[in-house]
Amino acid sequence: MIVIIDYGLGNLNSVLNALNLLGIEAEISRDIEKIKKADKLILPGVGAFEEGMKNLKAFGLIEILNHEVLVKKKPILGICLGMQLFCNKSYEDGEFEGLKWIDAEVVKFDLKDKSLRIPHVGWNDIECDLDCALFAGGDKTQTFYFVHSYYLAPKNKEIAKGICNYEIDFCAVLEKENIFATQFHPEKSQTEGLEILKKFNQIGVEK
Amino acid sequence: MLKKRLIPCLFLKNGHLVRSEKFSYHQLLGDPIHQVDRINSWSADELIYVDISNEDFYDLRRDDMKNKRVENIYEILSEVSKTCFIPLTFGGNIRTIDQIRELVKRGADKILINTIALENPSFITEGAEKFGSQCIVVGIDVKKNEKGAYEVYSNHGKKSTGKDPIEWAKEAEKFGAGEIFLNSIDRDGTAEGYDLELIKSVSEAVHIPVIACGGVGIFEHFAEGIMEGKASAVAAGNIFNYTENSVIRAKKTLQKEGIPIRKIVKKKL
Repeated sequence: MIVIIDYGLGNLNSVLNALNLLGIEAEISRDIEKIKKADKLILPGVGAFEEGMKNLKAFGLIEILNHEVLVKKKPILGICLGMQLFCNKSYEDGEFEGLKWIDAEVVKFDLKDKSLRIPHVGWNDIECDLDCALFAGGDKTQTFYFVHSYYLAPKNKEIAKGICNYEIDFCAVLEKENIFATQFHPEKSQTEGLEILKKFNQIGVEK
Repeated sequence: MLKKRLIPCLFLKNGHLVRSEKFSYHQLLGDPIHQVDRINSWSADELIYVDISNEDFYDLRRDDMKNKRVENIYEILSEVSKTCFIPLTFGGNIRTIDQIRELVKRGADKILINTIALENPSFITEGAEKFGSQCIVVGIDVKKNEKGAYEVYSNHGKKSTGKDPIEWAKEAEKFGAGEIFLNSIDRDGTAEGYDLELIKSVSEAVHIPVIACGGVGIFEHFAEGIMEGKASAVAAGNIFNYTENSVIRAKKTLQKEGIPIRKIVKKKL
């Protein structure tokens, strides 16, 4: 069972619908008992960083997430804002602290080519590290749907498993032990995206 | 490389899909849910869903067609998002932050606002602060007025605002809009092609993506919108409803012109 964390933000149902289509058992919840019992967690996201952290705090989710992810090493997938919330801090409309699981900062695109629009919205190619569990057996170059103005700058480049280019190279997929995240929306990236969710579900499962 | 996007628009009136012409004539097309399913499996890059109902009444009234009876717009969206695994923008009759929250929760990725943004531009900011600016798409409906100048209209093209589209687009960006959905009332449903002059002038005035809409009659019009209009994305309604395999054929046309697009998906979901 995958629990999609309900923190009052984000496209929760899109993620649930995608998992349902794949026949993966999943539920949207912020119930601590359910989060404890889940095999895996997904932190989706459409929204602003400050509001995201504020809601995680307000719903009393930070402690349980820290325990499940950092101590129990439960696999978690962060999507878009969810990925950014894993980081130390974000500079989205100010300076806000994140969950601090990933040693990275979230910064705004500052591009030289002014004809490039911000947000970075649309389908873009990723150079995939096929060793990453989320890409196992897939193509080297895959196309996913992005919509974001801020991106992840990890201190340790090793954790970046998918690189996207928008004038600059940025981290589109990360893997650190049991922590996985995508800056793009797998639930909105049609077949290639659904494949990512399928692979996440297979992590830790005997084949 | 970031791809140019091809976006079918579905217009919904009182629970039915309709074909729109000059914002005033609406021809019934049928069930709003199965059309989405079809487009989703056709390699469209996104979908824009606009509710143009002017009363709070939604009913498919098609029990005979084995369609589920859908009571309101939220339920329609919930049904749509069960089959739509591409980005979904939802707009029409949006007045409150709570409405946005509910729509996002039910599967909308972006929210298209129009009249409320003109009445109260700080609503754009409020929406962007709550949901991120990428979530807030400001729709701009444009018509040439008696003086022959471009003018922004509100209330689904009914009310003149005296605003210049370029100035309003810049203002909307400043207030926090993530994208502009630019529609030409004069070209709507005419199949004469985009108003390229309008699209180019707005695209060049803002730094956020501009989605062009209104007037596509042949696939080559999409290419014009990107190459001459400088739009980040090209949208249309009628051509997708009336033409067989329209998304695939449109993409092939764009590909031939050397425009970077997402490849056609062969694998079925």
